Amino acid sequence: MTTSTPERPRETTGGSTPFPLVLGLDTFGDHEHDARDLPLSHAQTIRNVVEEGVLAEQVGVDFFGIGEHHTDDFPMPAADVVLAAIAARTQRIHIGSAVTVLSSDDPVRVFQRFSTLNAISSGRAEVILGRGSSIDSFPLFGYDLADYEYLFEEKVNLFAELRKGGPVTWQGNLRPSLNNQDVVPFTENGPFPAWIGVGGSPQSVVRAAHYGFSLMLAIIGGSPARFRPFSRLFLQALEKFGREPLPIGVHSPGHVADTDEKALEEFWPRWLNIITKMSKVRGFAIPTMESFRFEVGPQGALFIGSPETVAQKIATNLKTLGANRFDLKFGMPGLSPASVLKNIELYGTKVIPRVRELLAD
Amino acid sequence: MSGSVIPSSVRRIAVLGAGHVGPVIARIALDAGFEVAIAASGSPENLELITQVVMPGAEARWAADAVAAADLVVLAIPLHRFPTLDPGLLAGKLVVDAMNYWAPADGVVPMFQGQEVSSSETVQRQLSQSTVVKSLNQIAYQDLEDGRRPAGSPDRHAMGVAGNDAGAAKLVGEVVDRIGYDPILLPSLSAGRILQPGGPIFGAVLARSEFELAIRTTAVHA
Repeated sequence: MTTSTPERPRETTGGSTPFPLVLGLDTFGDHEHDARDLPLSHAQTIRNVVEEGVLAEQVGVDFFGIGEHHTDDFPMPAADVVLAAIAARTQRIHIGSAVTVLSSDDPVRVFQRFSTLNAISSGRAEVILGRGSSIDSFPLFGYDLADYEYLFEEKVNLFAELRKGGPVTWQGNLRPSLNNQDVVPFTENGPFPAWIGVGGSPQSVVRAAHYGFSLMLAIIGGSPARFRPFSRLFLQALEKFGREPLPIGVHSPGHVADTDEKALEEFWPRWLNIITKMSKVRGFAIPTMESFRFEVGPQGALFIGSPETVAQKIATNLKTLGANRFDLKFGMPGLSPASVLKNIELYGTKVIPRVRELLAD
Repeated sequence: MSGSVIPSSVRRIAVLGAGHVGPVIARIALDAGFEVAIAASGSPENLELITQVVMPGAEARWAADAVAAADLVVLAIPLHRFPTLDPGLLAGKLVVDAMNYWAPADGVVPMFQGQEVSSSETVQRQLSQSTVVKSLNQIAYQDLEDGRRPAGSPDRHAMGVAGNDAGAAKLVGEVVDRIGYDPILLPSLSAGRILQPGGPIFGAVLARSEFELAIRTTAVHA
């Protein structure tokens, strides 16, 4: 239910959702280490991601997403190719990007790759578009970081046209115009699901509503509850633009092991290592054990612990945010394949049934 | 240095920028009891829904109107847009620079690149008819709301406030205090360099003692 009366966001819940509950997994192709803690090859890491996607289906996960990255820690620049391999070996699970960095890509090619994936998977493909908080693709493909808002705005506009299907007529500044242009392959059953990943800008929420994309809240630090007004903003913006309600999802990092202690012990050194590297690139101070403990706790954005701990936190946050979907970003560079597979197994066999149970009440 | 009139107290705050940071600053300013107007580059109509839902109580206005009515203006636009901002818009105003420059993550902005001065000194040079104070830039926007604590709390966090004009810095310090942080006054915009990306304070949530230790440690290394 939406209301036009302004309310203090912190005092209200996100409300209920009419959409079915979807519980997924996301990876960035995190570079795995073997049992002696030596890095596997990029090639082996990619083959492992294919196996992880197949396992995800076997244990009952609804969605498997792969996020585009371009570094040694995350050697995953062609996520759609890996998704195609998973599609060929699965029957039920939905597959998609998490995210596609649209700002440094060609919307026509993105549409073609995902409509091809949709064909291979018989309609199981989804795309989550992002502006690119991971910035590696900009220098690689010759884009200026200072243009990133502008690039995203125009490319989302074109992508929205392409997704409708049928001949496209479009004009912009970044690429030649399209005039009554067929863009193939045509999809069999109308537009495939498309989402916009939003990190914290209300204008991005309104943009998603404007184009009729679903909203994926990327909550990677701080309190998930602070995103609560964004769910309401999204629903009210859809209403304003004359659109029907659309799903709202949450993407957050985490790790599931048999016990809370084991999950923390496995995750913390890998997290510290990668955040320390990011700190240097982004210029912020290195996090401490104290700040990590906060993020793992009920007010933070990390979903780490036993199946019960993680399930409780997911259920609580879905209710708070009025969201119908949660995608756990699993893995972290340096974790072993065994630990990652165990995480997937526990997520599918223990966390997902428990979240469904908690939300059925 | 500036033709600004420093107000005797702050009642009305204008926030320029409605991206990640601006709405959070608007909300915490509202919570502290200030009157808040928010403006972006375009018409206030575009901001009405966002304001109503995300910052209820704030008023969406044209930038010129918001600034004209304000005792204090918070600059929370992406720094790469700053070179296109008309300095005349902010003439005579007390301005809090909440922006940051970090080329590896945001791209190169020539006005700020290769400068021996802090980014806020460049902002002050450009806004020659305003009084610039650097603050609200160093705690990440996602931590800014949850990091607040009432005055006197043992676990209160610190917030740096750097300015060339001691009276202006003191006034901004009072605003920071009311919002929920322990203000730590730094004697100049140049000294405010310690609050920038790459420094020991940026992105960290620190108590006063930790903040002061970071300042001393950095001074030794400098």
